[in-house]
Amino acid sequence: MAVGITVKDVEYLAEAAKFEFTEEQKQKFAQALSDIINAVDRLAEVDTEGVQPTIHVLSVKNIFREDVVLPSMDRDILLKNAADVQDGCYRVPKVVE
Amino acid sequence: MELYKLTVHEAADLINKREVTSQQIVQSTLQQINEVDKDVKAFITLADERALEESRQLDASVADEEGLSVLAGIPFGVEDNICTEGVRTTCASKMLENFVPPYSATVVSRIAQQKGILMGKLNTDEFSMGLTTESSYFHETRNPWDLNRIAGGASAGAAAAVAADEVFYALATDTGGSLRRAAAFCGVVGLKPTYGMVSRYGVISSGSSMDQVGPVAKDVKDCAIVFQAIAGRDMADPMTAKAMTSNYVQALADDVNGLRIGLLRECFDQGVDKDVKDAVLNAVKSLEGLGAHVEEVSLPSIEHAPAAYCVILSAEASSNLGRYDGIKYGYRVERCQDLDELYKKTRTQGFGDEVKLRVMLGTYALSAGNYERYYLQALKIRTIIKNEFEKAFEKFDIIVLPTCPTTALRFGDKVDNALAIFLADKYTAPASIAGLPAITVPCGFDTKGLPIGMQFIGKAFDESTLFRAAFTFEQNTDYHIKRPAIDWR
Repeated sequence: MAVGITVKDVEYLAEAAKFEFTEEQKQKFAQALSDIINAVDRLAEVDTEGVQPTIHVLSVKNIFREDVVLPSMDRDILLKNAADVQDGCYRVPKVVE
Repeated sequence: MELYKLTVHEAADLINKREVTSQQIVQSTLQQINEVDKDVKAFITLADERALEESRQLDASVADEEGLSVLAGIPFGVEDNICTEGVRTTCASKMLENFVPPYSATVVSRIAQQKGILMGKLNTDEFSMGLTTESSYFHETRNPWDLNRIAGGASAGAAAAVAADEVFYALATDTGGSLRRAAAFCGVVGLKPTYGMVSRYGVISSGSSMDQVGPVAKDVKDCAIVFQAIAGRDMADPMTAKAMTSNYVQALADDVNGLRIGLLRECFDQGVDKDVKDAVLNAVKSLEGLGAHVEEVSLPSIEHAPAAYCVILSAEASSNLGRYDGIKYGYRVERCQDLDELYKKTRTQGFGDEVKLRVMLGTYALSAGNYERYYLQALKIRTIIKNEFEKAFEKFDIIVLPTCPTTALRFGDKVDNALAIFLADKYTAPASIAGLPAITVPCGFDTKGLPIGMQFIGKAFDESTLFRAAFTFEQNTDYHIKRPAIDWR
Protein backbone atom coordinates (compact mmCIF):
# COMPACT_ATOMS: atom_id res chain seq x y z
CA MET A 1 0.00 0.00 0.00
CA ALA A 2 1.48 3.31 -1.03
CA VAL A 3 2.18 5.70 1.80
CA GLY A 4 1.70 9.35 0.99
CA ILE A 5 3.52 12.07 2.91
CA THR A 6 1.43 15.22 2.66
CA VAL A 7 2.48 18.83 2.83
CA LYS A 8 0.82 18.89 6.23
CA ASP A 9 3.04 16.02 7.39
CA VAL A 10 6.08 17.92 6.13
CA GLU A 11 5.02 20.97 8.13
CA TYR A 12 4.68 18.84 11.26
CA LEU A 13 8.09 17.21 10.77
CA ALA A 14 9.75 20.52 9.92
CA GLU A 15 8.44 22.01 13.17
CA ALA A 16 9.85 19.06 15.13
CA ALA A 17 13.22 19.16 13.34
CA LYS A 18 13.36 22.99 13.38
CA PHE A 19 13.45 23.73 9.66
CA GLU A 20 11.58 26.34 7.61
CA PHE A 21 10.45 25.54 4.07
CA THR A 22 8.85 27.47 1.25
CA GLU A 23 5.65 26.06 -0.26
CA GLU A 24 7.65 24.74 -3.19
CA GLN A 25 10.16 23.02 -0.89
CA LYS A 26 7.34 21.46 1.10
CA GLN A 27 6.02 19.83 -2.08
CA LYS A 28 9.48 18.61 -2.98
CA PHE A 29 10.16 17.13 0.46
CA ALA A 30 6.72 15.50 0.55
CA GLN A 31 7.53 13.71 -2.71
CA ALA A 32 11.08 12.72 -1.69
CA LEU A 33 9.91 11.43 1.69
CA SER A 34 7.04 9.48 0.10
CA ASP A 35 9.48 7.78 -2.28
CA ILE A 36 11.77 6.65 0.51
CA ILE A 37 8.98 5.64 2.91
CA ASN A 38 7.44 3.52 0.18
CA ALA A 39 10.78 1.85 -0.44
CA VAL A 40 11.33 1.04 3.25
CA ASP A 41 7.70 0.09 3.87
CA ARG A 42 8.42 -3.49 2.76
CA LEU A 43 10.12 -3.97 6.12
CA ALA A 44 6.67 -4.28 7.61
CA GLU A 45 6.11 -7.49 5.63
CA VAL A 46 8.96 -9.31 7.40
CA ASP A 47 7.79 -11.66 10.14
CA THR A 48 9.51 -10.47 13.30
CA GLU A 49 7.20 -12.15 15.79
CA GLY A 50 9.19 -12.87 18.94
CA VAL A 51 12.42 -11.30 17.62
CA GLN A 52 14.26 -8.98 20.00
CA PRO A 53 15.44 -5.63 18.57
CA THR A 54 19.22 -5.03 18.34
CA ILE A 55 19.94 -1.44 19.30
CA HIS A 56 23.66 -2.07 19.65
CA VAL A 57 25.57 -5.02 18.25
CA LEU A 58 27.70 -5.19 21.39
CA SER A 59 26.23 -5.76 24.79
CA VAL A 60 26.38 -2.43 26.54
CA LYS A 61 27.42 -2.30 30.16
CA ASN A 62 28.09 0.58 32.49
CA ILE A 63 31.75 1.40 32.82
CA PHE A 64 32.92 2.62 36.20
CA ARG A 65 36.06 4.43 37.22
CA GLU A 66 37.38 5.84 40.47
CA ASP A 67 35.66 9.11 41.35
CA VAL A 68 38.70 11.32 41.07
CA VAL A 69 38.94 14.74 39.51
CA LEU A 70 40.65 14.68 36.11
CA PRO A 71 41.70 17.70 34.08
CA SER A 72 39.02 18.91 31.68
CA MET A 73 39.07 21.37 28.83
CA ASP A 74 39.61 25.04 29.43
CA ARG A 75 36.41 27.10 29.35
CA ASP A 76 37.83 29.86 27.18
CA ILE A 77 39.02 27.36 24.59
CA LEU A 78 35.60 25.74 24.46
CA LEU A 79 33.85 29.08 24.09
CA LYS A 80 36.05 30.05 21.15
CA ASN A 81 33.75 28.33 18.65
CA ALA A 82 30.62 30.05 19.91
CA ALA A 83 29.24 32.98 17.93
CA ASP A 84 28.00 34.97 20.93
CA VAL A 85 29.67 34.89 24.34
CA GLN A 86 29.48 37.11 27.39
CA ASP A 87 31.21 36.78 30.78
CA GLY A 88 32.23 33.19 30.12
CA CYS A 89 28.70 32.15 29.10
CA TYR A 90 26.87 31.50 25.85
CA ARG A 91 24.48 34.31 24.97
CA VAL A 92 21.12 33.43 23.42
CA PRO A 93 18.00 35.40 22.47
CA LYS A 94 15.11 35.70 24.88
CA VAL A 95 13.95 32.28 26.13
CA VAL A 96 11.00 33.18 28.37
CA GLU A 97 8.33 35.82 27.91
CA MET B 1 62.87 8.83 -6.97
CA GLU B 2 59.30 10.08 -6.66
CA LEU B 3 58.87 9.71 -2.92
CA TYR B 4 55.12 10.43 -2.92
CA LYS B 5 54.53 7.19 -4.85
CA LEU B 6 55.88 4.96 -2.08
CA THR B 7 53.82 2.95 0.36
CA VAL B 8 54.02 3.59 4.10
CA HIS B 9 56.22 0.56 4.72
CA GLU B 10 58.58 1.48 1.86
CA ALA B 11 58.90 5.09 3.03
CA ALA B 12 59.37 4.01 6.66
CA ASP B 13 62.28 1.78 5.60
CA LEU B 14 63.99 4.69 3.89
CA ILE B 15 63.44 7.02 6.83
CA ASN B 16 64.75 4.45 9.27
CA LYS B 17 67.86 3.88 7.18
CA ARG B 18 68.25 7.68 7.09
CA GLU B 19 68.23 7.61 3.31
CA VAL B 20 65.47 10.20 3.15
CA THR B 21 64.08 12.69 5.64
CA SER B 22 60.49 13.31 6.57
CA GLN B 23 60.85 16.78 5.07
CA GLN B 24 61.78 15.35 1.69
CA ILE B 25 58.76 13.08 1.77
CA VAL B 26 56.41 15.88 2.82
CA GLN B 27 57.80 18.20 0.14
CA SER B 28 57.43 15.56 -2.54
CA THR B 29 53.85 14.90 -1.42
CA LEU B 30 52.98 18.60 -1.39
CA GLN B 31 54.32 18.90 -4.92
CA GLN B 32 52.04 16.09 -6.02
CA ILE B 33 49.08 17.74 -4.27
CA ASN B 34 49.83 21.00 -6.09
CA GLU B 35 50.01 19.12 -9.34
CA VAL B 36 46.83 17.06 -9.11
CA ASP B 37 44.43 18.42 -6.52
CA LYS B 38 43.13 21.20 -8.75
CA ASP B 39 41.63 18.36 -10.79
CA VAL B 40 40.90 15.72 -8.14
CA LYS B 41 39.73 18.15 -5.44
CA ALA B 42 40.24 15.70 -2.62
CA PHE B 43 41.10 18.32 0.01
CA ILE B 44 38.85 20.78 1.78
CA THR B 45 41.64 22.16 3.98
CA LEU B 46 45.35 21.78 3.34
CA ALA B 47 47.61 21.96 6.40
CA ASP B 48 50.77 22.40 4.35
CA GLU B 49 52.71 24.83 6.54
CA ARG B 50 51.97 22.89 9.66
CA ALA B 51 52.99 19.64 7.92
CA LEU B 52 56.30 21.11 6.80
CA GLU B 53 56.98 22.47 10.26
CA GLU B 54 56.18 19.14 11.92
CA SER B 55 58.45 17.26 9.53
CA ARG B 56 61.28 19.76 10.11
CA GLN B 57 60.92 19.30 13.85
CA LEU B 58 60.87 15.54 13.54
CA ASP B 59 64.00 15.43 11.39
CA ALA B 60 65.81 17.78 13.77
CA SER B 61 64.88 15.88 16.90
CA VAL B 62 65.74 12.37 15.77
CA ALA B 63 69.06 10.99 16.91
CA ASP B 64 71.09 9.03 14.39
CA GLU B 65 70.50 5.60 15.82
CA GLU B 66 66.98 6.13 17.12
CA GLY B 67 64.38 3.67 15.89
CA LEU B 68 61.18 5.35 14.72
CA SER B 69 57.60 4.22 14.59
CA VAL B 70 56.62 3.00 11.16
CA LEU B 71 54.24 5.95 10.72
CA ALA B 72 56.75 8.59 11.84
CA GLY B 73 57.28 11.39 9.37
CA ILE B 74 54.83 10.01 6.83
CA PRO B 75 51.99 12.18 5.44
CA PHE B 76 48.37 11.19 5.96
CA GLY B 77 44.96 12.76 5.42
CA VAL B 78 41.78 12.71 7.48
CA GLU B 79 38.16 12.76 6.30
CA ASP B 80 36.65 16.06 7.33
CA ASN B 81 34.16 14.57 9.78
CA ILE B 82 36.96 13.58 12.18
CA CYS B 83 38.15 16.29 14.59
CA THR B 84 41.69 17.62 14.31
CA GLU B 85 42.85 20.04 17.00
CA GLY B 86 43.64 23.40 15.50
CA VAL B 87 42.73 22.34 11.96
CA ARG B 88 39.28 23.31 10.64
CA THR B 89 36.81 20.41 10.58
CA THR B 90 33.77 21.17 8.46
CA CYS B 91 31.87 17.92 7.82
CA ALA B 92 31.60 19.43 4.32
CA SER B 93 28.79 21.61 5.67
CA LYS B 94 28.11 25.32 5.88
CA MET B 95 27.06 24.52 9.45
CA LEU B 96 30.68 23.83 10.45
CA GLU B 97 32.46 25.91 7.82
CA ASN B 98 34.52 27.74 10.45
CA PHE B 99 34.65 25.12 13.19
CA VAL B 100 38.16 24.60 14.60
CA PRO B 101 38.05 21.72 17.10
CA PRO B 102 39.64 22.26 20.51
CA TYR B 103 40.76 18.63 20.59
CA SER B 104 41.64 15.78 18.26
CA ALA B 105 39.78 12.53 17.77
CA THR B 106 41.47 9.59 19.49
CA VAL B 107 42.37 8.09 16.11
CA VAL B 108 44.16 11.30 15.13
CA SER B 109 45.95 11.60 18.51
CA ARG B 110 47.15 8.01 18.21
CA ILE B 111 48.72 8.72 14.81
CA ALA B 112 50.14 11.98 16.15
CA GLN B 113 51.79 10.09 19.03
CA GLN B 114 53.57 8.06 16.38
CA LYS B 115 54.64 11.31 14.69
CA GLY B 116 52.54 10.90 11.57
CA ILE B 117 52.25 14.13 9.55
CA LEU B 118 48.72 15.46 8.97
CA MET B 119 48.51 16.96 5.46
CA GLY B 120 44.93 18.18 5.72
CA LYS B 121 41.25 17.40 5.69
CA LEU B 122 39.54 15.46 2.95
CA ASN B 123 36.23 16.02 1.22
CA THR B 124 33.09 14.08 2.08
CA ASP B 125 29.37 14.46 1.54
CA GLU B 126 27.67 16.88 3.92
CA PHE B 127 27.64 15.10 7.30
CA SER B 128 28.73 12.03 5.30
CA MET B 129 25.29 11.67 3.78
CA GLY B 130 25.54 10.85 0.10
CA LEU B 131 27.14 8.67 -2.53
CA THR B 132 28.94 11.21 -4.71
CA THR B 133 30.21 14.26 -2.72
CA GLU B 134 27.64 16.29 -4.67
CA SER B 135 26.15 17.22 -1.30
CA SER B 136 29.46 18.68 -0.07
CA TYR B 137 29.15 22.41 0.66
CA PHE B 138 32.57 22.96 -0.92
CA HIS B 139 33.04 20.99 -4.13
CA GLU B 140 32.85 17.56 -5.75
CA THR B 141 35.79 15.18 -5.55
CA ARG B 142 36.65 13.58 -8.87
CA ASN B 143 37.90 10.09 -9.51
CA PRO B 144 41.63 10.04 -10.37
CA TRP B 145 40.97 7.16 -12.82
CA ASP B 146 38.49 9.29 -14.80
CA LEU B 147 37.85 12.86 -13.77
CA ASN B 148 34.30 12.75 -15.18
CA ARG B 149 33.37 10.12 -12.64
CA ILE B 150 32.57 10.11 -8.94
CA ALA B 151 35.19 8.87 -6.49
CA GLY B 152 32.46 7.43 -4.29
CA GLY B 153 30.76 8.93 -1.33
CA ALA B 154 30.91 9.93 1.30
CA SER B 155 34.65 9.12 1.82
CA ALA B 156 35.58 10.16 -1.73
CA GLY B 157 38.26 12.65 -0.66
CA ALA B 158 40.08 9.98 1.36
CA ALA B 159 40.05 7.36 -1.39
CA ALA B 160 40.85 9.77 -4.23
CA ALA B 161 43.74 11.32 -2.29
CA VAL B 162 45.29 7.90 -1.66
CA ALA B 163 44.75 6.75 -5.26
CA ALA B 164 46.31 9.95 -6.64
CA ASP B 165 49.30 9.64 -4.26
CA GLU B 166 48.37 12.90 -2.49
CA VAL B 167 48.70 11.19 0.90
CA PHE B 168 50.22 7.85 1.89
CA TYR B 169 47.03 6.79 3.65
CA ALA B 170 43.86 8.32 5.06
CA LEU B 171 41.53 7.88 8.00
CA ALA B 172 37.88 7.82 6.97
CA THR B 173 34.55 6.81 8.43
CA ASP B 174 32.25 4.03 7.32
CA THR B 175 28.65 4.02 8.51
CA GLY B 176 26.90 2.08 5.75
CA GLY B 177 29.69 1.57 3.24
CA SER B 178 31.12 5.04 2.61
CA LEU B 179 34.78 4.12 3.07
CA ARG B 180 34.55 0.77 1.27
CA ARG B 181 32.64 2.12 -1.73
CA ALA B 182 35.05 4.99 -2.26
CA ALA B 183 38.10 2.72 -1.87
CA ALA B 184 36.66 0.29 -4.42
CA PHE B 185 35.87 3.05 -6.94
CA CYS B 186 39.41 4.41 -6.60
CA GLY B 187 41.28 1.09 -6.70
CA VAL B 188 42.71 1.21 -3.17
CA VAL B 189 42.39 -0.87 0.02
CA GLY B 190 39.87 0.07 2.72
CA LEU B 191 38.90 -1.50 6.03
CA LYS B 192 35.72 -1.00 8.03
CA PRO B 193 36.62 -2.42 11.43
CA THR B 194 34.35 -4.38 13.74
CA TYR B 195 32.03 -2.00 15.59
CA GLY B 196 33.77 -1.24 18.88
CA MET B 197 37.27 -1.91 17.58
CA VAL B 198 38.17 1.73 16.94
CA SER B 199 37.32 4.74 19.10
CA ARG B 200 34.70 7.19 17.84
CA TYR B 201 35.77 9.91 20.27
CA GLY B 202 36.07 13.11 18.26
CA VAL B 203 34.31 11.63 15.24
CA ILE B 204 31.28 13.72 14.29
CA SER B 205 28.38 11.35 14.84
CA SER B 206 26.15 10.20 12.04
CA GLY B 207 24.71 6.75 12.75
CA SER B 208 26.20 6.15 16.18
CA SER B 209 25.47 2.42 16.36
CA MET B 210 27.31 1.84 13.07
CA ASP B 211 29.97 4.60 12.70
CA GLN B 212 33.52 3.27 12.58
CA VAL B 213 36.82 4.81 11.51
CA GLY B 214 39.11 2.79 9.29
CA PRO B 215 42.21 3.13 7.11
CA VAL B 216 42.24 3.75 3.37
CA ALA B 217 45.62 2.61 2.08
CA LYS B 218 47.70 1.77 -0.98
CA ASP B 219 48.11 -1.87 -0.02
CA VAL B 220 47.04 -4.41 2.60
CA LYS B 221 50.24 -4.15 4.64
CA ASP B 222 49.80 -0.39 5.00
CA CYS B 223 46.17 -0.93 5.92
CA ALA B 224 47.22 -3.32 8.71
CA ILE B 225 49.93 -0.93 9.93
CA VAL B 226 47.47 1.95 10.25
CA PHE B 227 44.77 -0.22 11.79
CA GLN B 228 47.26 -1.44 14.38
CA ALA B 229 47.92 2.18 15.32
CA ILE B 230 44.28 3.24 15.75
CA ALA B 231 42.59 0.10 17.12
CA GLY B 232 41.92 -0.74 20.73
CA ARG B 233 40.08 0.32 23.81
CA ASP B 234 39.61 4.01 24.56
CA MET B 235 38.07 5.18 27.83
CA ALA B 236 36.67 8.18 25.97
CA ASP B 237 34.45 5.91 23.85
CA PRO B 238 32.52 3.53 26.11
CA MET B 239 31.55 1.44 23.08
CA THR B 240 35.12 0.36 22.38
CA ALA B 241 35.37 -3.29 23.27
CA LYS B 242 37.75 -4.86 25.70
CA ALA B 243 38.64 -7.52 23.13
CA MET B 244 42.36 -7.95 22.77
CA THR B 245 43.93 -6.57 19.66
CA SER B 246 46.55 -8.76 18.03
CA ASN B 247 49.63 -7.94 16.02
CA TYR B 248 47.97 -7.47 12.66
CA VAL B 249 51.15 -6.73 10.77
CA GLN B 250 52.94 -9.84 12.01
CA ALA B 251 49.85 -11.90 11.19
CA LEU B 252 50.07 -11.02 7.50
CA ALA B 253 50.79 -14.33 5.81
CA ASP B 254 50.71 -15.39 2.18
CA ASP B 255 48.58 -18.39 3.05
CA VAL B 256 44.91 -19.21 2.57
CA ASN B 257 45.35 -22.95 2.73
CA GLY B 258 42.20 -24.42 4.26
CA LEU B 259 40.50 -21.03 4.61
CA ARG B 260 36.73 -21.49 4.30
CA ILE B 261 35.27 -18.86 1.99
CA GLY B 262 31.52 -18.38 1.57
CA LEU B 263 30.46 -16.89 -1.76
CA LEU B 264 27.44 -14.73 -0.97
CA ARG B 265 24.79 -15.90 -3.43
CA GLU B 266 22.47 -12.89 -3.06
CA CYS B 267 25.20 -10.48 -4.22
CA PHE B 268 26.05 -12.15 -7.53
CA ASP B 269 22.58 -11.85 -9.03
CA GLN B 270 21.22 -9.72 -11.88
CA GLY B 271 21.82 -6.48 -9.98
CA VAL B 272 25.59 -6.64 -10.43
CA ASP B 273 27.51 -5.56 -13.57
CA LYS B 274 28.96 -8.43 -15.59
CA ASP B 275 32.52 -7.03 -15.43
CA VAL B 276 32.31 -6.73 -11.65
CA LYS B 277 30.87 -10.19 -11.22
CA ASP B 278 33.47 -11.78 -13.49
CA ALA B 279 36.38 -10.02 -11.79
CA VAL B 280 35.29 -11.05 -8.30
CA LEU B 281 34.56 -14.64 -9.34
CA ASN B 282 37.99 -14.82 -11.01
CA ALA B 283 39.62 -13.49 -7.87
CA VAL B 284 37.82 -16.08 -5.77
CA LYS B 285 38.96 -18.77 -8.18
CA SER B 286 42.57 -17.70 -7.69
CA LEU B 287 42.13 -17.95 -3.91
CA GLU B 288 40.69 -21.42 -4.45
CA GLY B 289 43.78 -22.27 -6.48
CA LEU B 290 45.88 -21.20 -3.51
CA GLY B 291 44.18 -23.72 -1.23
CA ALA B 292 41.02 -22.01 0.03
CA HIS B 293 37.73 -23.94 0.16
CA VAL B 294 34.99 -22.02 -1.61
CA GLU B 295 31.30 -22.75 -1.30
CA GLU B 296 28.12 -20.77 -1.86
CA VAL B 297 26.39 -19.29 1.15
CA SER B 298 22.97 -17.68 1.33
CA LEU B 299 21.87 -14.90 3.69
CA PRO B 300 18.26 -14.45 2.56
CA SER B 301 17.45 -11.56 4.89
CA ILE B 302 20.13 -9.23 3.59
CA GLU B 303 17.70 -8.10 0.90
CA HIS B 304 16.15 -6.09 3.74
CA ALA B 305 19.48 -4.65 4.92
CA PRO B 306 19.35 -1.44 2.83
CA ALA B 307 15.87 -0.49 4.07
CA ALA B 308 16.70 -1.39 7.67
CA TYR B 309 19.95 0.57 7.39
CA CYS B 310 18.12 3.56 5.91
CA VAL B 311 15.69 3.67 8.84
CA ILE B 312 18.30 3.13 11.56
CA LEU B 313 20.72 5.67 10.09
CA SER B 314 18.04 8.32 9.60
CA ALA B 315 16.73 7.84 13.12
CA GLU B 316 20.17 8.06 14.71
CA ALA B 317 21.29 10.95 12.49
CA SER B 318 18.14 12.99 13.17
CA SER B 319 18.91 12.70 16.85
CA ASN B 320 22.66 13.39 16.47
CA LEU B 321 22.11 16.44 14.31
CA GLY B 322 19.80 17.98 16.89
CA ARG B 323 22.89 19.43 18.56
CA TYR B 324 23.44 22.01 15.80
CA ASP B 325 21.53 24.88 17.32
CA GLY B 326 23.78 27.84 16.53
CA ILE B 327 24.80 28.33 20.14
CA LYS B 328 27.83 26.30 21.20
CA TYR B 329 29.62 26.11 17.84
CA GLY B 330 28.94 26.26 14.14
CA TYR B 331 26.89 28.55 11.95
CA ARG B 332 24.53 31.02 13.64
CA VAL B 333 21.97 33.44 12.25
CA GLU B 334 22.13 36.81 13.94
CA ARG B 335 19.34 39.13 15.13
CA CYS B 336 16.70 36.58 16.05
CA GLN B 337 13.76 37.57 18.24
CA ASP B 338 13.63 34.35 20.23
CA LEU B 339 15.32 30.99 20.65
CA ASP B 340 12.94 29.09 18.38
CA GLU B 341 13.65 31.50 15.54
CA LEU B 342 17.40 31.11 16.15
CA TYR B 343 17.14 27.32 15.90
CA LYS B 344 15.00 27.36 12.79
CA LYS B 345 16.89 30.01 10.83
CA THR B 346 20.29 28.56 11.78
CA ARG B 347 19.38 24.99 10.86
CA THR B 348 17.52 26.02 7.70
CA GLN B 349 20.45 28.04 6.39
CA GLY B 350 23.24 25.85 7.82
CA PHE B 351 22.19 22.44 6.45
CA GLY B 352 21.80 21.35 2.84
CA ASP B 353 18.83 19.47 1.39
CA GLU B 354 20.27 15.95 1.67
CA VAL B 355 20.83 16.40 5.40
CA LYS B 356 17.38 17.92 5.88
CA LEU B 357 15.79 14.99 4.06
CA ARG B 358 17.57 12.47 6.31
CA VAL B 359 16.66 14.35 9.46
CA MET B 360 13.02 14.64 8.37
CA LEU B 361 12.95 10.93 7.55
CA GLY B 362 14.43 10.02 10.93
CA THR B 363 11.96 12.29 12.68
CA TYR B 364 9.15 10.53 10.82
CA ALA B 365 10.46 7.03 11.65
CA LEU B 366 10.72 7.91 15.34
CA SER B 367 7.41 9.72 15.66
CA ALA B 368 4.44 8.35 17.57
CA GLY B 369 2.54 5.91 15.38
CA ASN B 370 5.53 5.16 13.15
CA TYR B 371 8.10 4.10 15.73
CA GLU B 372 7.07 0.45 15.81
CA ARG B 373 6.38 0.10 12.10
CA TYR B 374 9.72 1.52 11.00
CA TYR B 375 12.36 1.96 13.71
CA LEU B 376 11.59 -0.98 15.98
CA GLN B 377 10.93 -3.22 12.99
CA ALA B 378 14.31 -2.24 11.46
CA LEU B 379 16.04 -3.13 14.74
CA LYS B 380 14.35 -6.54 14.76
CA ILE B 381 15.40 -7.20 11.19
CA ARG B 382 18.91 -6.21 12.26
CA THR B 383 18.74 -9.08 14.77
CA ILE B 384 17.64 -11.50 12.04
CA ILE B 385 20.49 -10.43 9.75
CA LYS B 386 23.01 -10.62 12.58
CA ASN B 387 21.84 -14.16 13.38
CA GLU B 388 22.10 -15.22 9.74
CA PHE B 389 25.71 -14.03 9.68
CA GLU B 390 26.47 -15.87 12.93
CA LYS B 391 25.08 -19.07 11.52
CA ALA B 392 27.08 -18.65 8.30
CA PHE B 393 30.26 -18.10 10.28
CA GLU B 394 29.87 -21.51 11.91
CA LYS B 395 30.74 -22.90 8.49
CA PHE B 396 32.91 -20.18 6.96
CA ASP B 397 35.86 -18.00 7.99
CA ILE B 398 35.06 -15.16 5.62
CA ILE B 399 32.28 -14.22 3.22
CA VAL B 400 33.13 -12.75 -0.18
CA LEU B 401 31.09 -10.41 -2.38
CA PRO B 402 31.61 -7.41 -4.66
CA THR B 403 32.14 -4.15 -2.78
CA CYS B 404 29.83 -2.35 -5.23
CA PRO B 405 27.56 -3.67 -7.97
CA THR B 406 29.10 -1.23 -10.48
CA THR B 407 32.32 0.66 -11.05
CA ALA B 408 32.40 4.45 -10.55
CA LEU B 409 29.46 6.22 -12.18
CA ARG B 410 29.66 9.47 -14.10
CA PHE B 411 28.61 12.69 -12.42
CA GLY B 412 25.01 13.30 -13.34
CA ASP B 413 24.15 9.60 -13.60
CA LYS B 414 21.16 9.39 -11.37
CA VAL B 415 22.36 8.00 -8.07
CA ASP B 416 20.24 10.15 -5.83
CA ASN B 417 16.96 8.28 -6.03
CA ALA B 418 16.00 5.96 -3.23
CA LEU B 419 16.22 2.79 -5.29
CA ALA B 420 19.74 3.46 -6.60
CA ILE B 421 20.92 4.13 -3.07
CA PHE B 422 19.30 0.91 -1.91
CA LEU B 423 21.06 -1.09 -4.60
CA ALA B 424 24.48 0.23 -3.55
CA ASP B 425 23.73 -0.28 0.14
CA LYS B 426 22.80 -3.91 -0.44
CA TYR B 427 26.50 -4.75 -0.76
CA THR B 428 27.90 -2.73 2.12
CA ALA B 429 25.10 -2.16 4.64
CA PRO B 430 24.84 -5.82 5.82
CA ALA B 431 28.28 -5.72 7.50
CA SER B 432 27.44 -2.28 8.93
CA ILE B 433 24.20 -3.18 10.61
CA ALA B 434 25.66 -6.44 11.92
CA GLY B 435 28.77 -4.59 13.20
CA LEU B 436 31.12 -6.94 11.34
CA PRO B 437 34.55 -6.11 9.90
CA ALA B 438 34.86 -5.83 6.12
CA ILE B 439 37.78 -5.09 3.84
CA THR B 440 37.82 -4.09 0.18
CA VAL B 441 40.76 -4.87 -2.10
CA PRO B 442 41.24 -4.05 -5.79
CA CYS B 443 40.60 -7.20 -7.86
CA GLY B 444 40.46 -6.08 -11.47
CA PHE B 445 39.28 -3.49 -14.00
CA ASP B 446 36.17 -3.22 -16.12
CA THR B 447 36.23 -2.70 -19.88
CA LYS B 448 36.44 1.06 -19.32
CA GLY B 449 39.61 0.61 -17.25
CA LEU B 450 37.92 1.47 -13.95
CA PRO B 451 38.92 -0.39 -10.78
CA ILE B 452 36.76 -3.11 -9.22
CA GLY B 453 36.71 -3.91 -5.51
CA MET B 454 36.25 -7.29 -3.85
CA GLN B 455 34.90 -7.32 -0.31
CA PHE B 456 35.56 -9.81 2.48
CA ILE B 457 33.31 -9.80 5.56
CA GLY B 458 34.70 -11.49 8.67
CA LYS B 459 33.67 -12.57 12.13
CA ALA B 460 33.47 -9.87 14.78
CA PHE B 461 36.97 -8.89 16.01
CA ASP B 462 38.63 -11.18 13.47
CA GLU B 463 40.31 -8.52 11.33
CA SER B 464 43.41 -10.78 11.24
CA THR B 465 41.72 -13.30 8.95
CA LEU B 466 40.50 -10.52 6.64
CA PHE B 467 44.03 -9.16 6.40
CA ARG B 468 45.44 -12.61 5.72
CA ALA B 469 43.00 -13.33 2.88
CA ALA B 470 43.47 -9.87 1.40
CA PHE B 471 47.26 -10.02 1.74
CA THR B 472 47.43 -13.43 0.09
CA PHE B 473 45.34 -12.21 -2.83
CA GLU B 474 47.56 -9.16 -3.18
CA GLN B 475 50.80 -11.14 -3.05
CA ASN B 476 49.61 -13.26 -5.94
CA THR B 477 48.21 -10.45 -8.12
CA ASP B 478 49.31 -6.96 -9.12
CA TYR B 479 46.09 -4.89 -9.11
CA HIS B 480 47.20 -2.99 -6.00
CA ILE B 481 50.28 -1.54 -7.69
CA LYS B 482 48.32 -0.12 -10.64
CA ARG B 483 47.86 3.64 -10.40
CA PRO B 484 45.67 6.03 -12.41
CA ALA B 485 47.42 6.79 -15.70
CA ILE B 486 46.19 10.35 -16.01
CA ASP B 487 48.66 12.83 -17.44
CA TRP B 488 48.35 15.65 -14.92
CA ARG B 489 50.41 18.09 -16.94
